[in-house]
Amino acid sequence: MSRSYIPHWIHWLGSPPNFYRFAGAWRPWLMAAALAAGAIGLYGGLVLAPPDYQQGDAYRIIFIHVPSAWMSLAIYAGMAVAGLIALVWRVKLAEVIAMESAPIGAAFTLVTLVTGSLWGKPMWGTWWTWDARLTSELVLLFLYLGVIGLYHAFEDRRRGARAASLLALVGVVNLPIVHYSVQWWNTLHQGSTVDLFGRSSIAPSMLWPLLVMALATHLYYFASILGRARTDLLSLESGKQWVRELVEEQPAQRQGAPT
Amino acid sequence: MMDWLAMGGYAAYVWPAYAVFFAVLAWDWLAPSFRKRKLMRELHGRIAREQTRNTRVPRAEASA
Repeated sequence: MSRSYIPHWIHWLGSPPNFYRFAGAWRPWLMAAALAAGAIGLYGGLVLAPPDYQQGDAYRIIFIHVPSAWMSLAIYAGMAVAGLIALVWRVKLAEVIAMESAPIGAAFTLVTLVTGSLWGKPMWGTWWTWDARLTSELVLLFLYLGVIGLYHAFEDRRRGARAASLLALVGVVNLPIVHYSVQWWNTLHQGSTVDLFGRSSIAPSMLWPLLVMALATHLYYFASILGRARTDLLSLESGKQWVRELVEEQPAQRQGAPT
Repeated sequence: MMDWLAMGGYAAYVWPAYAVFFAVLAWDWLAPSFRKRKLMRELHGRIAREQTRNTRVPRAEASA
């Protein structure tokens, strides 16, 4: 198969030993940047931003709830793209990225649902309601869990990754439902207050911490996926020479945190 | 400081929300680290076994 249309660096990065080293070099910096952005965002959101005139201080849950909700959708989209590449071109790295994105996406979806519930109780008087936004976000969690479960149901991990990638692609239909649910249906959940390409109906003192937190969660995702992909590549390629050399280089029984 | 922690009376909702956020992400960060540590131990063991097997083979042939 001719791959001349693929840029050289993508081809280089697709090779597991190259990706392993690349990911190992970038991961600590991405995590450091995520922590720095998170600290700045939370200081802005929890300390500097004024209380909301309607919701008092309860609205401060927004600074984790909304970035987590964005991540739950963005990671799903990323997982589906990686899954498509895995299905069409059978790239091992794409399978790894797709399958290791699922637990991170599920984590952010869970955070979205729980923080939303903790926000809903004082504002709406209920922990949960079956409105379109909440229900479709719950379906998103089940889709993530379905992808994770299907992946682990196969003895052959690469076959499992492709089957789960197909499920991930089918589930993409849920993404616009989550996003537009507040417009299509009359929901208890409030509409969008942030519009990247238009005017946001949120005060700048509240908007900037929200966007910085969104940056922090994105950086965190990249740091997390690189670490998870490294572990998976080691496991999938455990019989290969590069893994053997890598294991022999590292002293046995290391007590420190693995990188 | 106490005022800030009280979150205008919403402390019982705001702080648990942040606790869940950090707890879930900490799990997401730590779980793969433990998985990797376990994998490295297995790989070390596998390579060590292969090496002992390789050194034993010629000896077995010599005694036969």
